Amino acid sequence: MPHLDAAYNLARYLMRNDYDADDAVQDACLRALRYFGGFRGGDGRVWLLKIVRNACYTRLRRGRSRELEAEFDDELSSPDAEVANPETLVLRSADAGALTRALDQLPEEFREILVMREMEGLSYKEIADVTTLPIGTVMSRLARARKRMQRLLLAGPAKES
Amino acid sequence: MTCEEARPLLDAYIDGELELMLSFDIERHVRGCAACARAVGNIRALSGELSAGAAYYSAPPALAARVRAAIRNEQRAQGRALLPLVRFNFRWVAGAAALLMAAIVGSAVLVPRPSPDDAIARAVVADHVRSLMENHLTDVLSSDQHTVKPWFDGRVDFAPPVEDFAARGFPLVGGRLDYLSDRAVAAVIYRRRKHVINLFVWPTPGARDTAMTTGVRQGYNLVHWTRAGLTYWVVSNLNGAELREFSEMVLARG
Repeated sequence: MPHLDAAYNLARYLMRNDYDADDAVQDACLRALRYFGGFRGGDGRVWLLKIVRNACYTRLRRGRSRELEAEFDDELSSPDAEVANPETLVLRSADAGALTRALDQLPEEFREILVMREMEGLSYKEIADVTTLPIGTVMSRLARARKRMQRLLLAGPAKES
Repeated sequence: MTCEEARPLLDAYIDGELELMLSFDIERHVRGCAACARAVGNIRALSGELSAGAAYYSAPPALAARVRAAIRNEQRAQGRALLPLVRFNFRWVAGAAALLMAAIVGSAVLVPRPSPDDAIARAVVADHVRSLMENHLTDVLSSDQHTVKPWFDGRVDFAPPVEDFAARGFPLVGGRLDYLSDRAVAAVIYRRRKHVINLFVWPTPGARDTAMTTGVRQGYNLVHWTRAGLTYWVVSNLNGAELREFSEMVLARG
């Protein structure tokens, strides 16, 4: 069931636990059935992911009043920080745990975009469809998300100074 | 191009989402700039790690069963509600559910990426890009199918479907002979507005007919199917819906 896996993987990263991911996906599938008239054909995976994402955010919002976590963006995207000579990122592919932990530390909007791009291989256009963001925002947000991941991984035990 | 200009575009460059010319500019800059080259290396490394190294949570089998059961229940409830009103509504609901299950379970029609054919998809896209770059789009340039069709005779041992769909907005541009995945393939070129469409055809004797699958790779839309021992790949930067419309047309005439 390739689409169900995609749906579950996104939900699992957004909700950060099995139980809520399960519920969100089941919820989304039922919503999908009800909203079926809104399906205009095309990529069923993109359509389903969009509904799954909405189901997750509904749950997340219900659970807590969502603080805006992307407030550091301006600092991150300042031109000086971007053009500074980057350190070489040393990644140890054996350590899947560190990657997953770093992902979990990211704000949702960065986490989901990395899941969609790197794990599902969605194009910028498809991500724009799922998130209803302009393509330009998808591009800059993905760049910021990767930069944040790099910082988290560099700040981790792999760092050598 | 300066670092300030290149840096914000590096991610899109690596993801194959940039216009070809801009992509060349970045490539040229990165070749001469150690810092940007390192940034590119880092993004590639991270990207590779995330796609290969980070946990991918597959749906637990119990969840699939739960979802199926929940859909069946909902289904039955809807069917009961609609049946007394209009009799054949039930058929619509059943059809919708079948399509929905196809969307969720992933039938052949809706598979997003042609994954088993990944290597071929890559080759097809590369060939499409090459045909645009090298100014070698066509070997025989003609919108007349009676010129293009015979041109293929004697060059390939099968008859690719060549037809001018100008009336439907997809004029024939010409034909080309290519070499792809170790075999000679026919490329029939069409156009939609400014978009070039490459239709690749080659024989796969004994291969079973497959339904149409669509996918996206490096920003190009792909459509693929197999019919009567011929394998078809359609690639273009045209939007997915119109490329699909074109493919249906070819499939219907092929």
